Amino acid sequence: MKDPLEIKALRLAIGSLLALVSTAAFGAQIVKIDGSSTVYPITEAVAEEFQKAKRGAVRVTVGISGTGGGFKKFCRGETDISNASRPIKKSEMEACRKAGIEYIEMPVAFDALTVVINPKNTWARSMTVAELKKMWEPAAQRKIEKWNQINPSWPDAPLKLFGPGADSGTFEYFTEAVVGKAKSSRGDFTASEDDNVLVQGVSRDVNALGYFGYAYFAENQKRLNAVAVVPAKGKPAVGPSAETVENGTYQPLSRPIFIYINAKSAKKSEVREFVEFFNKQADMLVREVKYVPLPPKAYAHNLDQLKAMTVGTRFGGESKVGLTIDELMALEAKL
Amino acid sequence: MSEQTERVRKIRQLIAAHKRWDLFFSMLGLMALMVGVLTFTALFAQMVVDGLPRLSPDFFTSFPSRKPEQAGILSAWVGSILVMIVTAATAVPLGVGAGIYLEEYAPKNWVTDLIEINVTNLAGIPSIVYGLLALGLFVYQFGLGQSIATAGLTLGLLILPVVILATREAIRSIPAAIREGAYALGATKWQTTSHHILPYSLPGIMTGAIIGMARAIGETAPVITIGALTFIAFLPPPPVKAEAPFVSLEWLMSPFTVMPIQMFNWTSRPEAAFHHNAAAAGLVLVVMTLSMNAIAIYIRYRLRKRIKW
Repeated sequence: MKDPLEIKALRLAIGSLLALVSTAAFGAQIVKIDGSSTVYPITEAVAEEFQKAKRGAVRVTVGISGTGGGFKKFCRGETDISNASRPIKKSEMEACRKAGIEYIEMPVAFDALTVVINPKNTWARSMTVAELKKMWEPAAQRKIEKWNQINPSWPDAPLKLFGPGADSGTFEYFTEAVVGKAKSSRGDFTASEDDNVLVQGVSRDVNALGYFGYAYFAENQKRLNAVAVVPAKGKPAVGPSAETVENGTYQPLSRPIFIYINAKSAKKSEVREFVEFFNKQADMLVREVKYVPLPPKAYAHNLDQLKAMTVGTRFGGESKVGLTIDELMALEAKL
Repeated sequence: MSEQTERVRKIRQLIAAHKRWDLFFSMLGLMALMVGVLTFTALFAQMVVDGLPRLSPDFFTSFPSRKPEQAGILSAWVGSILVMIVTAATAVPLGVGAGIYLEEYAPKNWVTDLIEINVTNLAGIPSIVYGLLALGLFVYQFGLGQSIATAGLTLGLLILPVVILATREAIRSIPAAIREGAYALGATKWQTTSHHILPYSLPGIMTGAIIGMARAIGETAPVITIGALTFIAFLPPPPVKAEAPFVSLEWLMSPFTVMPIQMFNWTSRPEAAFHHNAAAAGLVLVVMTLSMNAIAIYIRYRLRKRIKW
């Protein structure tokens, strides 16, 4: 330690570290956000831009605890805003009520669940909801194992299924929309919480089929094909895209995703400003992270709700499949 | 005569057969070694290929971003280092103290045996269990919240058994003659410990502590459980202030993120460019871990040279 060069280098290192650390501003207000990983990219983009616009005067933190984990923290009053890929549930409403926490519900974007197949799969470019149900319902377990069991015109080839794990909101919505009951699915498929694993799986196997959020398909269009879905008999097959989601024809697999704002926090200027910023910038930022934005009037409606402090949920603790944004806005929020 | 040559031939055959086995076994051993080494090398090479182009000064001084080319690991590496400081400050004194007590002071009875067995078992408990314990104890019971202090204490708890075991190993390797010599000259237990046992076992203790820290820096599960954040674009308050008392401990209560969480988040994003960021962050993390191990080896080498028995 007598070596002066060594000491000099050490001082320099500590000095530069301190200089770096002390450049940030302090005593700033914090907006705390947690919840769904599906909504995360949107909130992250808004948080990034908001902090830039505020020049560090307001700080925003975003965590990923999943929709359920996020609501747990939210109803304990630990977070200001909760990201949710589904409406709040009855049990969560009850927890919030007990803690005296009121909330404003805001849809912020659409997510289109996308059914994907390998690009070499030429037979299943479009499917009916009934076919998807036959493939995924619990009764299919260890019975439906070949493509031609679902549709005789499809080849006699093994059916390899990929899907998200049972804890994800995507799984919940898909099963509800396709099978008819949330979380009711066959169990013998390759499940992963990491959607990139599903992308890999389907892109490597001609006989594979999987489903996940649209953003993962959008980034992997060279390796995957999206299945066009026939919503009901006699109707044309519709593939997922920004237009078909926006005009409400991609059904029943498109769903709104939400943020929930603690009503008490919404009275704080930094939270209010963040939510206003969110709704004003949403159209551009949502597109940028490969989700489908709501029509402008929906964001205006959100801002009205914030101004009027309209608390409660429009869903009464149940999720509704195939709701258009106009229908959603028309519903009345209740605690 | 012919019987003798026959016997020699047989013995030669036997020796040759044994040598073949010898060669066979050494090959088997080499292969077993190569499985590990080559796997690591391949993974590391892949990470270098993917991540190296992303490594630039900007990568270290930028906050996370939705744009992969602008995203950096500033909040992550600062968070990791601050958490490690808390971990070291708790685990090392506690672990060394406990190790010395168990080795030098504790009476040999069933209570001590029970404690010893438990300490050894603790080292094998999955890290997520520590995370759950910390969530209940530090976050809610002690009200420390989702802060650097919570994470540091949790990881400190996680590596405590490692430090205790390393301390005990190091103490045990000191010849009994040293201890007896000190007692013979009338030294008390504490004098013996502080003048002889501790200095001589220091290289071993330091090595154990740093290897424990190298494990802690890569831990993800317990840190996620206690609620480390994913997006955080500001740094904790600095530990030094311009006005008296000049030292601030505010940073202990600050929200944070750490390197493995940042990496984990990037690997799960759809854009391939984020996967390159994850590889680059992984590269930094591996280099951090390896350099910690290198420091451990260097310290052991430096301190061992001074010991003359």
